Amino acid sequence: MRLLDTFSLAWGTLATQLRRTVLIGLAMSIGVGAVVVLTALGEGARGYVLNQFAGLGANLVIVIPGRAETTGAAPGVLSGQTTRDLTLKDADAVARLRWVSGVAPLNVGAAQITRGSLGREAVLLGSSASLLRIRHMRLGSGQFLPDGPSDQATPVCVLGDKIRTELFGNTNPIGSWVRIGERRFRVIGTLAAQGQQMGFNSDELVVIPVAAAQQLLNTPSLFRILIEARGRAAVPRVKADALALLKARHEGEEDVTVISQDAILATFDRLLTALTLAVGGIAAISLGVAGVLIMNVMLVSVAQRRAEIGLLKALGASAGNVRALFIAEAGIIASLGAAGGVALGLLASFVLGKIYPQLPILPPLWAIVAAVATAIFAGLLFAWLPARRAAKLDAVVSLARR
Amino acid sequence: MIELDKVSRTFQVGDQQVLALREVSLSVAAGEYIAIMGPSGSGKSTLLNLLGLLDRPSGGRYHLDGRDVTDLNEAESARVRREKIGFVFQSFHLVPRLNAAANVALPMLLAGVAPAERKQRVTQLLAEVGLSERADHLPSQLSGGQLQRVAIARAMSMHPALLLADEPTGNLDRATGREVMGVLEALNLAGAALIVITHDQDIGARARRRISMLDGRVITDA
Repeated sequence: MRLLDTFSLAWGTLATQLRRTVLIGLAMSIGVGAVVVLTALGEGARGYVLNQFAGLGANLVIVIPGRAETTGAAPGVLSGQTTRDLTLKDADAVARLRWVSGVAPLNVGAAQITRGSLGREAVLLGSSASLLRIRHMRLGSGQFLPDGPSDQATPVCVLGDKIRTELFGNTNPIGSWVRIGERRFRVIGTLAAQGQQMGFNSDELVVIPVAAAQQLLNTPSLFRILIEARGRAAVPRVKADALALLKARHEGEEDVTVISQDAILATFDRLLTALTLAVGGIAAISLGVAGVLIMNVMLVSVAQRRAEIGLLKALGASAGNVRALFIAEAGIIASLGAAGGVALGLLASFVLGKIYPQLPILPPLWAIVAAVATAIFAGLLFAWLPARRAAKLDAVVSLARR
Repeated sequence: MIELDKVSRTFQVGDQQVLALREVSLSVAAGEYIAIMGPSGSGKSTLLNLLGLLDRPSGGRYHLDGRDVTDLNEAESARVRREKIGFVFQSFHLVPRLNAAANVALPMLLAGVAPAERKQRVTQLLAEVGLSERADHLPSQLSGGQLQRVAIARAMSMHPALLLADEPTGNLDRATGREVMGVLEALNLAGAALIVITHDQDIGARARRRISMLDGRVITDA
């Protein structure tokens, strides 16, 4: 029997029982749709988190004073006992390494910023000109910190968007003087409003040269050194080189921790992928349920069509032919159901994407392929029993019954 | 063409053994026209099912066209049915959702005949039974006689050498019945061996050879 004839005969049977066919197909569709939507959500969450990290710069290597044995935790959590300070000279030395395209030393503190009678507490960030590029910050107006020797405490500052509004309202702040702590700084630029980035609000920042920050905060040591590697591939080398260099500079003692986004990123990636798989797996159970439904309906169908099966056998259909017919029926239902499910899933993903625009909701290709394959596999698997029963029917007995 | 050698068939009904056929020996030449007669339960249908390879004998041997077909496996016997045997049933057994042409084409479909050839042969077969204009009709739109003629066209679609009819006129009125027998006899004249089970003495009388059965045995054969 030709394959095409098998399918057209099977389709003919399904078409005459259209309502039943559509209902089982729908069950399959819902299963496939659930897998597609849930994995799309999982992938959306993963994409969201990865994007947030990418916002920090994928080529970023961070040096933290102190030795921590833990890796992969968020940078803020790491706080080891430090014997030697991480200094500006260390940062300058790191900047001379190969494969390093930029270095931003970092000091963080809180300080009062005032202009006339207006004042508020702000997060003080001491850094260098490279910070703007390395941290993907955007300037609102004016210019960022000037290039120059890192130990030069030029009294200039760049204001975060919220600080700017609170101190200056709608007037142009560029060129005005503000007081930070005990010192006066000239405003040379403002940051564009960027909002929250991995728990770090750039709108409430005041950025000044790192040397000035060290004087203000009265500390010789750095809080972090941010290193930008030349490309993602260079990240491991830069990590190793920076560590070796700082070890040499600190009399052979490895008292700094060097981390990269990669480690954190990889952890989150693994975590969220596992989550997506788990959610998708749970949804896939519904495919099994749909498979059982197919089996059930087909068992009824075999019982109802005994005479037809007997007739086909009398006309020369082998058991294999009859089996193929029933399997083809299940295959058609499962395929149509899977196609409907993919459409359903894509539609639902689209709608969810509209509702949560910040999540990049797009069902991953592997999930669609896996869902469709599972649906068809389940359909065929569960059709096996009814098909076998049909194939085993005794032609004489089946024909005699009417 | 057919050689039955002491063929028996027993059925298990509950804990009772029922002997449906008792050592029936029979030989049929190609192109013969045989009527099998006898009361219900005499084993006629069992004999026909065995001849049509729908059933297996419990004892004895069955040779068809010189080949021992007693112990053929399922797929092989399906193949023999497809190529050598045509069935006509009392209750027609057409597939209700298929039109006349598609019903006629079924055996060719199962045999894997190419669609173009199938179409051509269906047209020819329907013309032979006088139903060319009814090709697109569903079984529900056809009369009893027409249904049986479609069934006959279907039985002949693979040009079988053996045509088995189990009370082909049982559900038809006399006039239609005679008409249907006419179609079958024409096919017999064209070369197919025809074996008909019937209760109808008139129809039995038309056959060149009559076999009467009783209690699973052939009692007269003339």
